[in-house]
Amino acid sequence: MSSPGADQIDERLAARLRAGDERAFAALVDRHSHALLRVAMAYVPSRAVAEEVVQETWIAVMRGIGAFEGRSSLKTWIFRILTNVAMRGGSRERRSVPFAALAAAEDTGEPSVEPDRFLPADHELFPGHWVLMPARWPSPEEGLLAGETRAVIAAAVDELPAAQRTVIALRDIEGWSSEEVCAALEISAGNQRILLHRARTRVRAALEDYFGAVEAIDYDAVTAALIRDTERQDPT
Amino acid sequence: MNDDHVHPDGDLACIEEVELITDYLEGALPDRDRRRLERHLESCPGCTEYLEQMKMVAGSLGGLREEAIPPELRESLLASFRALRSDP
Repeated sequence: MSSPGADQIDERLAARLRAGDERAFAALVDRHSHALLRVAMAYVPSRAVAEEVVQETWIAVMRGIGAFEGRSSLKTWIFRILTNVAMRGGSRERRSVPFAALAAAEDTGEPSVEPDRFLPADHELFPGHWVLMPARWPSPEEGLLAGETRAVIAAAVDELPAAQRTVIALRDIEGWSSEEVCAALEISAGNQRILLHRARTRVRAALEDYFGAVEAIDYDAVTAALIRDTERQDPT
Repeated sequence: MNDDHVHPDGDLACIEEVELITDYLEGALPDRDRRRLERHLESCPGCTEYLEQMKMVAGSLGGLREEAIPPELRESLLASFRALRSDP
């Protein structure tokens, strides 16, 4: 979790790791391996290969910690190593595509909401406005992660394309800042936002489908009310 | 069209609004676009609900966080550490 002090804790652990402290190493492994696995999964085709990449990353961290100068955060430095390890390829099957290229390949420019849920652009009164608008989800106060919706959300995240899944996982699941995500994945702030937007949009759509929460707007009634209002204000 | 001076009263269409929600939540919209979006929200229950749902999605995912990595992977990493420390 990215809270104030997380970087300072990492720095202290790095200093102890340089001195060969196994408990400091174990603490760093516990702090970062889960996110490392998530990012590795973006680059390689299977969980097993991702675990190998994470393993090689930690070995490179042990070997290289003496040369870590603290110019970036330890976290950023570790994730850069992961990227290099994942991209190096080797005999095993690995994608050797930079994250930015992976992201670009995923961007099909799809709309956030199906266009047929809005009035057409040439509508006389309400161009591009909702026809089927989002309706309130049931019992949000219980939290979306209670009961079945938790599985719906988890499945929606799992089904995302790799770059979108990685960004939403780091931002919303691991709680990283946008700056940390951009630094670790070497993508621009704009690209990071596009990926986050597409990912959150798909999770929202999955929940909407699950709840069946849409509401049709009766534009005949809206138009009739507008005409009544106009006539009342201008009774000529 | 994002220019308030060209369309001083131009309402944002909902179909445009839904594309801007993440930029809005991230504080990445220019002031003028942000004001235009907020003005639209004031009169649009559909987009207000859409915004709330996107916030709920973003806010709820932290509950999916897992701390643990597979124990075999952890053990194997610690074994590598010991091996490297004794024979660097």
